[in-house]
Amino acid sequence: MNRKLWFALNSVFVFGLLLSSWQIGVMIFKVPPYMLPGPDLVAKAIVSRFPTLLQSLLLTAEAAGMGLAGSIFVAVLISLIFAQWRGLRRLLYPYTILLQTVPIVAIAPLIIMWAGAGVYSVALITFIICLAPIIANTTQGLISVDENLVHLFVMHNASPLQVLFKLRLPHAMPSFFVGIRVSAGIAVIGSIVGELFAGSSRVGEGGLGYTITYASNQSETDFLFALVIAAAMLGFVFFFIGMFLEWYFLHNWHESSRSDIPE
Amino acid sequence: MKTGDPNSRSVEARASQTEVVLIGVSKKFRRGSLALQDISIRVDKHEFVSLLGPSGCGKSTLLRLVSGLTPASSGQLEVMGKSPAAARDQMSFIFQDATLLPWRTVEQNVGLGLELEHEKKETRIAKVAKMLELVGLTAVAQRYPRQLSGGMKMRVSIARALVSRPSLLLLDEPFAALDEMSRDRLNEELLRLYSEQKWTVMFVTHSVAEAVFLSTRIVILAPHPGRVAHVIPIDLPWPRTAETRLTMAYEEQVAQVSRLLRSVQTASLHSPDGQSAEEVQV
Repeated sequence: MNRKLWFALNSVFVFGLLLSSWQIGVMIFKVPPYMLPGPDLVAKAIVSRFPTLLQSLLLTAEAAGMGLAGSIFVAVLISLIFAQWRGLRRLLYPYTILLQTVPIVAIAPLIIMWAGAGVYSVALITFIICLAPIIANTTQGLISVDENLVHLFVMHNASPLQVLFKLRLPHAMPSFFVGIRVSAGIAVIGSIVGELFAGSSRVGEGGLGYTITYASNQSETDFLFALVIAAAMLGFVFFFIGMFLEWYFLHNWHESSRSDIPE
Repeated sequence: MKTGDPNSRSVEARASQTEVVLIGVSKKFRRGSLALQDISIRVDKHEFVSLLGPSGCGKSTLLRLVSGLTPASSGQLEVMGKSPAAARDQMSFIFQDATLLPWRTVEQNVGLGLELEHEKKETRIAKVAKMLELVGLTAVAQRYPRQLSGGMKMRVSIARALVSRPSLLLLDEPFAALDEMSRDRLNEELLRLYSEQKWTVMFVTHSVAEAVFLSTRIVILAPHPGRVAHVIPIDLPWPRTAETRLTMAYEEQVAQVSRLLRSVQTASLHSPDGQSAEEVQV
């Protein structure tokens, strides 16, 4: 039997088993729906609140996407500077670590105070937490080039720009994508955390974080579940886009991404 | 059989010009230890000179001095009448690892040097194709390095070095990581290319058999500090093929060189500082 088909059937079976035991459990133990709604109620909530759900999802996706994109751009620039000037790197590198260790929940209110509520401050929060992983990995990739490869370029009288574009940048690609993968995973989380504080730019509409606060305050547990599922899906989509780009650019030559995606 | 003595040059080389001259060259490492002391070697055009010696004798350092990758601390060093750095466009360096760029195909790897030197695309492609054919890599031109065996990678590395038609070829233990079969085959191939293209070669190795098979002359270096201990002309007949390894003359040469190498090694064991100069390199 076809292996992939077998795997697909198994996956569907496991998923079905999970859902039905949830449903049966809720029914047998008579769990009140405001504590734990069954999958039927969650499905109903998804359908009935779909416009709000989709709108929240898109707002969060927009903020996370903007933050991540800005983060990639700035982080690569910083990495290039770090790779070029060792002194500067040693001086400033500790601050990028600080960027990673500072609790985002603590600085989110500050940023909202400075930048005002709305999608841009949420994007800014995402931008900040996505920065460090990309800087750390890309810089590492840029500076860890084999000495003999540099010598090879020197033997051909290569210019510094040739060394950068034909050696250091391609060499840094795998580590760059490790950074992207980490940051894509946390971008959505960052946006949702930001939205918990600053979610609404207009009254009544906001991203997932904002809507989660709303649903929680209203004890709409079924809707809350729907939102959690949407948030998880969005995170997965971001992660998958990162993975796909990594595979697309590296699968020809790099070991790490050869069989990540089955043919 | 001392260095700098013009009589030690092999017969066919004597008529032609000098390619590399080192006179009293020394190299101190940053921490003050002396890697090479008062080295005088002269390599003529079309010579194949192997540098042989125990670890710590500075043979790789010597090669790096000639390539201009590291500056000499004192002494006079000229390559084709110029400073090493100025003569770079006429030499090629082959490292111990194949040092291929993993994101480039075989073809793109071989063309790297020409590309860095801004060779026109059409000429580049033509030259690369010709070189790939010469070393038997045409079939794998579109492969990536990770799809190649160690021997194949080294072959690509050689092709990359030869495609710019160097006059001087510097090889730093190029086959050390390979199994004996691949090493022998690549040695034979190297000699075939050498007889066709007639570069001058400086070859660092720690294999006596390899050095004897390839060289017109072997320079044995003694360690701590690195200095020239013996210079041995190898008079095995040309062309040398796999058959050469089966002859008495070859066996005798190998035995002789091994003896000299061993004497250098035992002498160094009794020297006061037994520490390897290569280990202290920064």
